[in-house]
Amino acid sequence: MIIGQIQEGIVLDHITAGRGMKIYDVLGLGNLDCAVAVIVNADSEKMGKKDIIKISGPIDIDFRMVGLLDSNVTVNIISGGTVVKREKIELPEKITGVLKCKNPRCITTTEQELQHVFKLCNEEEKVYRCIYCETKAEFSSVE
Amino acid sequence: MRSIIDIMDLSVEEIDGLLNVAEDIIANPKKYAKVCDGKKLATLFFEPSTRTRLSFEAAMYELGGNVIGFSDANSSSSSKGESVADTARVISCYADIIAMRHPKEGAPYVASLNASIPVINAGDGGHNHPTQTLADLLTIKREKGRFDSLTVGLCGDLKFGRTVHSLISALSRYENIKFVMISPDELCIPDYVKQNVLIPNGIEYTEERSLEDAMPGLDILYMTRVQKERFFNEADYIRLKDTYILTPEKLAHAKEDLCIMHPLPRVNEISVAVDNDKRACYFKQVLNGKYMRMALILKLLEVQV
Repeated sequence: MIIGQIQEGIVLDHITAGRGMKIYDVLGLGNLDCAVAVIVNADSEKMGKKDIIKISGPIDIDFRMVGLLDSNVTVNIISGGTVVKREKIELPEKITGVLKCKNPRCITTTEQELQHVFKLCNEEEKVYRCIYCETKAEFSSVE
Repeated sequence: MRSIIDIMDLSVEEIDGLLNVAEDIIANPKKYAKVCDGKKLATLFFEPSTRTRLSFEAAMYELGGNVIGFSDANSSSSSKGESVADTARVISCYADIIAMRHPKEGAPYVASLNASIPVINAGDGGHNHPTQTLADLLTIKREKGRFDSLTVGLCGDLKFGRTVHSLISALSRYENIKFVMISPDELCIPDYVKQNVLIPNGIEYTEERSLEDAMPGLDILYMTRVQKERFFNEADYIRLKDTYILTPEKLAHAKEDLCIMHPLPRVNEISVAVDNDKRACYFKQVLNGKYMRMALILKLLEVQV
């Protein structure tokens, strides 16, 4: 199968096979006007199989949420048909409005307008804790 | 403008400063009698409390200030559905400093984000209780004369015991501290205290089930109440509430200079027969708490004496 090379845009490469569609959903790529290709189970020398997402066109998306889902992913910035920048995704310092605190004693359970915010406490182990009650974030809702 | 939500909001040097001010207040109470003239403390207690609320109020009165506030959520606008954020904004128009207790964890932090005056966390759910820790630290300083090289036994409800969590954080900044955590399985120390405080700081700790076995090695024994109000299931509370009861017999193998502490209120986890033991320090803690709250109020109001 051949997916054409993009001239301007972003390629998310080295996605663990099977996680491409989840990343597509979490980033809301379905809402973009530009062309988006999700390639699943592509052959990879390093990984055996991998998923790839190609986004054609200039977009402004915070990709750091992807780091929570898959630490393997690399972001390639494409300009003039070539890769001009390649970087690993860093974990966000804060996650706002994505995860819910599960502690029944947390203030967020009664103050409905409060945003659920988690801060990164241990980068190596990807541990996030609620800024209000310090309860560890559970990623099951996004994984 | 500064708030104190967690004991770790204060550096070791700042805590030393507060301890020095508290000891100066003890030595020279008249010097401080009018230093908060014209200032108002708002005590916003959304959860019942006798000790902490009255301690804050006594502290403010002894500094020459005044107190406004409420002592349970039903007599506040929260019963009408007002948010903590709005309450903090409104009270900022009436008072110079807030002391807030709330059953929900993180509520005083939310208040501090919205208030234009300092907020002191006077206890939030099972989370933090920094001013109790200040009382504990003054007690340790006055009884033991040091904060380093101590083996500290923490006994009872270590899961919901917010005073325990704050004390562990505070003492973890000193050299050669060892903790002995004595609790039933269901009430052991929360994961976040281990992950955030004990492990990163390389603090030695053990988890035990027997108070008697731990007793001989302890310099400090910090007893806590199993808190009925933290349980969703009363049967669990009834099953666990009498797990540890300190009696004179259990102190037979304790050190002569052991310091027995308890944040109070006590239910039955320390027998009244222990009260006359010279090692019992829990009523001294109450008095020390008032002095440390006085020192903290002065610091946050930036009152120069």
